[in-house]
Amino acid sequence: MSQKIMIEQVTRIEGHAKVSIILNDDGAVQDAQVHVTQVRGFEKFVQGRPFYEMPSLTARTCGICPVSHLVASSKACDQILAVRIPTTAIALRRIINLGQIIQSHALNFFYLSSPDLLLGMDGDPAKRNMFGMLDKHPQVVRDGIRLRQFGQQVIERLANKRIHPSWIVPGGVASPIDATTRDQILSEIPEVLGIITRTLDWYKKSLNDYQEYIRTFANFPSLFMGLVTKEGRLEHYHGNLRVVTARGSVLADQLAPDEYESFIGEAVEPYTYLKSPYYKPLGYDDGMYRVGPLARLNVANECGTPQADQELAEFHCLDKGAVLSSFHYHYARLIEILYGIERIQQLLNEPDILSDNVRAHAEVNNYEGIGVSEAPRGTLFHHYKVNEDGIIQSANLIIASGNNNLAMNKGVLQAARYYVRPEKLTEGMLNRVEAVIRAFDPCLACSTHADGHMAMQIEMLDPDGKLIDTLTRE
Amino acid sequence: MSGNTTIKTFVIDGNPVSATESETILDVARQNGVNIPTLCNMSGLTSTGQCRLCMVEIAGSNRLTPSCVTKPEEGMEVVTESPRLLKYRQMILELLFSERNHICAVCVTNGNCELQSMAQRLEVDHVRYEYLHPKFKVDGSHPKFEVDHNRCILCGRCVRVCDEIEGAHTRDLRNRGIQTLVITDFDGPWGESKSCTSCGKCVHVCPTGALAEKGKSVAEMAKRRQFLPYLVMRRKGASK
Repeated sequence: MSQKIMIEQVTRIEGHAKVSIILNDDGAVQDAQVHVTQVRGFEKFVQGRPFYEMPSLTARTCGICPVSHLVASSKACDQILAVRIPTTAIALRRIINLGQIIQSHALNFFYLSSPDLLLGMDGDPAKRNMFGMLDKHPQVVRDGIRLRQFGQQVIERLANKRIHPSWIVPGGVASPIDATTRDQILSEIPEVLGIITRTLDWYKKSLNDYQEYIRTFANFPSLFMGLVTKEGRLEHYHGNLRVVTARGSVLADQLAPDEYESFIGEAVEPYTYLKSPYYKPLGYDDGMYRVGPLARLNVANECGTPQADQELAEFHCLDKGAVLSSFHYHYARLIEILYGIERIQQLLNEPDILSDNVRAHAEVNNYEGIGVSEAPRGTLFHHYKVNEDGIIQSANLIIASGNNNLAMNKGVLQAARYYVRPEKLTEGMLNRVEAVIRAFDPCLACSTHADGHMAMQIEMLDPDGKLIDTLTRE
Repeated sequence: MSGNTTIKTFVIDGNPVSATESETILDVARQNGVNIPTLCNMSGLTSTGQCRLCMVEIAGSNRLTPSCVTKPEEGMEVVTESPRLLKYRQMILELLFSERNHICAVCVTNGNCELQSMAQRLEVDHVRYEYLHPKFKVDGSHPKFEVDHNRCILCGRCVRVCDEIEGAHTRDLRNRGIQTLVITDFDGPWGESKSCTSCGKCVHVCPTGALAEKGKSVAEMAKRRQFLPYLVMRRKGASK
C-alpha cells in the first residue's frame, strides 16, 4: 500500500510550496515532488500594456529581487528601442544589480539558512529562526543584517527607493548619481568587506561539520549554466551563456542569450505551476541544469576581483569537476557577496561614473526584445513582442528559480530517501528535506506576501486519502 | 471692470466673503483660501460640474450644490466641509477607483496624480465596492502620446482644453455609463487624427495617467500646466 507524506508549507523560503513524499508498498521513499502552489499570470496580463511600463510591471513579480526584473526587463526594452545605452548607465545598472545580489544572498544565508547551519537541523523549530540565532550567535545576526542593509542601501542611494524603484528604465537609468552618493557607498566598503571576510572564515572552518549534508543535499551530476564574459569571467549583467558538464568541462560556450529558445525548452508537469526548463540539445530531462551562485562559480574561470578570485580558486578545489553538491550554494553565495562588494568598488571608481549621460531615447525600432541577466537565484530571461505602437503582444519570462526546478525536485527526492524514515517520522527529518530547497533559495511565488501563517503540516495519507499520521508545526 | 459691478456678500464656513456677478462659489472660496476638493474643474476652462466633488451645503436647502457651477446669492450661508460632505466625497472617489483600473504602483503618473493625491487628502483607505475594471485598449498610435482609457476618470478636461484653448475640438466623449470613452475625431486611432495638432495640452491637463507622453516610465509622468493661465490671459487680452 503506497502512502504519501506532505510538507506544507515549506518554511523559510521566498513564496509558497509544499512537498509530497510518496512511499511505496514497503514503506520506502519512492518519489518526491515539490509543488509550487501559486499561479501569477504575469505573462498574460501584461498583454496590451505599453512596453515601457514593463520594467515596473514585471518588477512586481518579486518583492525580494525587483531590481533583477527591472534589469532584465529594461534590457529587453533596450532591444525594442534598438539603442546603445550610455556606458555610465550600464555601470550604474551593474552596481544596483550587485546591490540586489548582496542583499538577497545575505537574506538567504543569514536569515533563512543560518538557523539550520548554526542551531542544528534537529533544533527546536520554535527557536530555529533569527530570534534563536540572536540568543546564541548575536554577532552573526548583526553581520547578516549589516550586509543586507548595505545591499539595500546601494539600491536606495542609486534609485531613491529600496523596493520597486522605477529608476532603471528602457534606454538606461532615470538619473545620474552625484559624488556624495558615490563617496558614501565607497566609505562603507572596508567595513562590509571585513564582515564578509570573517563570515567566509568561520563558514569554511565549519564545512567539516556539514559533510553529511554536503554528501546528500542535491549532490548529483547535472549541467550548470550561467552568464560569462568573453574571457569566461563571472558576469551578472551582460555576456553570453556557458554550459558546463558535471565533470567541469565546457559543453557549450558563448551561447547568445537572444537565441535562448534554440537551446532551452520549457516542460510542464501536472503537479506544479512552475515550468521545468531543460537544455534542449540533451533533451528532457537529461538536459537538467542548475543556475544561480553555485552554477555561476562552476562556469566562471575567474571573478576579476582580487579577494573573490582567491576564494574562487579554493572553491574550485572542492570537487574534481564541477562542484556538485547544492549544499555549496551557501558557500557560493558568500563568495558572490564578496565579489559584489569588490566589484561595486571597482565600478564606483570608474572615471565617468558621475556622467550625466545615462539615458538613450528612441521610439519603437524593433518589434521584439530579449533581456537576460543574472538574478541572485540564477539566469533570468525576459522576452517581449510588441506591435508597431509599442503595445505588448506576448511576453515570456523564465524566472531564475524555475531553471532549477528539475534539480530541486531531484534533490528533494535524494534527501527524502536518505533522511525520511516513515515508520518513525520526526520534524528534523522533514526539516532536512526543506533545507535542501532552502539551499537553492528558490523565490517561488516571487513575493514576500504570506497568505496566512507559514506553518508546516506533514500528513501521511493512504492511497484512499485516509489520514494515517500528522505532524504539525505552528 | 465696469463701474456698476454688483457685489454680493455671503458666508463661507462662517466667514463673510464677497463675490462679483461672474464668480462662482468655488471661485470665491479659492480667493479666500478655502480649498474645496475638485477633479474635473480647472482654472481657465469652463466648469461642467461633472465630478461632483465640489458639492457644498447651503443653509435652508437639503440638496447639495456643485460649487463650481453655482453663483452665490446675497446672504447665502455655504458650508464646504461636514461629515456628510466627506462621506459623499469619499464615496465618489471610491466609485472612481472601483470603475477603472487605478493601480497606482505601476502607473506612469504615480506620485503626480490628482486622483491619487485627492484620495490621500480625503483619507480614502478602502474601496468598499467591487472592482469592475472593464478592459479598454491602450491607443499608442500617436508618435508622442498615448491614451489609456483604463486610467480615465471621464473628467472631460482634455475635451475642453482642446476645444476652448487649442480650438481643435479633436476630442469628445462617446457611449454612456461605464462604457464612456474619450474619443479622437470620429473614434479613430489618435495617430491618424486629421484635426489633432499634437500640441499635448490634453496630456498635461489630464489629472491621471490616462493621457501621457510615450516612453515615460512608471512615476515619471509629471504634468506641466504653466501654459494654461498664460494662454487664458492672452485669449482674454485678444478678445478685448
